Amino acid sequence: MNRVAGRLLHSPEGVAGLCLLVLLAAMALAAPLLFPGDPLVIVGRPLTAPFTDPTLPLGTDRLGRDVAAGLMHGAQTSLLVGLATALVALAAGALVGTVAGLAGGLVDEVLMRVVDAFQIVPGFLLALAFVSVTGASLPVIIFAIALGAWTGPARLVRAEVLSIRERDYVAAARVIGMHPAEIALREVLPNALPPVLALTAVIVATAVLVEAALSFLGLGDPNVVTWGSMIAEGRNVLRTAPHLSIVPGLGLVATVLGVYLLGEGLADAMAGREARG
Amino acid sequence: MSEPLLVAQNLCKTFTSRGRRVTALDDVSLTLAQGETLGLVGASGSGKSTLARVLLRLLPADAGAVRLLGEDWLELRGQALRTRRRAIQMVFQDPLAAFNPRATIGGVLADPLRIHGLADRAARPVRVGALLERVGLPAGYAARGVHEVSGGERQRVAIARALAARPALIVFDEPVSALDQSVRGHILELIADLQKSDGLSYLFIAHDLAVVRLIAHRVAIMEAGRIVETGATPQIIADPQSQAGRALVAAAPRLVC
Repeated sequence: MNRVAGRLLHSPEGVAGLCLLVLLAAMALAAPLLFPGDPLVIVGRPLTAPFTDPTLPLGTDRLGRDVAAGLMHGAQTSLLVGLATALVALAAGALVGTVAGLAGGLVDEVLMRVVDAFQIVPGFLLALAFVSVTGASLPVIIFAIALGAWTGPARLVRAEVLSIRERDYVAAARVIGMHPAEIALREVLPNALPPVLALTAVIVATAVLVEAALSFLGLGDPNVVTWGSMIAEGRNVLRTAPHLSIVPGLGLVATVLGVYLLGEGLADAMAGREARG
Repeated sequence: MSEPLLVAQNLCKTFTSRGRRVTALDDVSLTLAQGETLGLVGASGSGKSTLARVLLRLLPADAGAVRLLGEDWLELRGQALRTRRRAIQMVFQDPLAAFNPRATIGGVLADPLRIHGLADRAARPVRVGALLERVGLPAGYAARGVHEVSGGERQRVAIARALAARPALIVFDEPVSALDQSVRGHILELIADLQKSDGLSYLFIAHDLAVVRLIAHRVAIMEAGRIVETGATPQIIADPQSQAGRALVAAAPRLVC
């Protein structure tokens, strides 16, 4: 584990991604300290240009809300949605993939057809439909995005499990009388996960973008500030006050870029471990 | 005379791959007495490993019966099967593949003790140390990862894992063929010594007679899924009756003298 971390810190992608994400995480964590209170309250004259008022460094939007406060509180929402979605998608995918791979036969067939059914519907449409039916709140949005994201991990875990279950060490575990559930959790799953972790970066990045898109369409949680809703808000005054869309847009770019770079660096670092044996 | 430890009768196993049927076991019967070593010899693909895996309940047999310690071994299911698995353990051919890449040696040896309730939590490290010493490794190895030790040492750990469950029978599936020539002799010596001290039964699989001669009381020769010849080791080596037996004796030049 330490060697993987060491290699990660020596790869330029890994370091760049880590820096971006640490910066964003610091922004998210510092948001309640630097901008206490609700970021959705009106604090100044509407459409204050950035860098004109020292108390409102990034200006205000059409309703006079602080853009800097929105940016930092939005980081919180985006990172939370990204990480929570990845967690839910990975847990569901690992569970379904492991059960399908180990059980085989009819169970495998049924579970994989369910995966197919979810996979043929575009993830964004699935989230859109789910949120419009149930109404928007943060947990619902996380669940809705995970609905379209768990199939990738499920397929990957199943493929790994199918290969691992034929290995001698699984046979050895059966020979000593280990319970099938313990074999699944201790012998098979930990060895099936590393390639799936490389997929996590893609899931986090996609989730952040889908959440922004939902908010942009007005289907986000109305009680929290998100980058997507800020862009949607700024769209109406794009020509007169482009910074209202550009600032949260840059936040999105930084997040997605950081997650991708870290994912690349991690995948390389872990591949290095495997190559060395 | 009491019932033998293991009696296998008329075992059959056929694999189907891409429409082709391959008969791996064709009406195989064998018996193994307490404290006896049966060498199972045959060319690659003769069904030796399939027989081992069927006897260990890793593969289901298509037909046939096995009695182990007087019980119908192939009929056991679930928890009853897992409990009885203690009686029959296995050492695999490739010591690298036989261990979870994340495992430590201590963890590997503690698992059978925990699963079969052979030592409580506090007593396990002591028992693990004792097991390591019995197979000629320092007790301090318990903290090491399985992948941090050499192939020969790893095969000693595999033998210790098989011993941990205190079995009546250990199946060795070509335990030295993946090892350096220089460590083979030591591992075979260890295997033979353990039998003398513990009265274990062995089913010892190999692809040549040279290894089996050193260790087996009786030899069974397999060819194309059948046991074509069985007999006391010296007798088979001196006067093989089957064609496969003659080929195996001829292939081990040191035996013809």
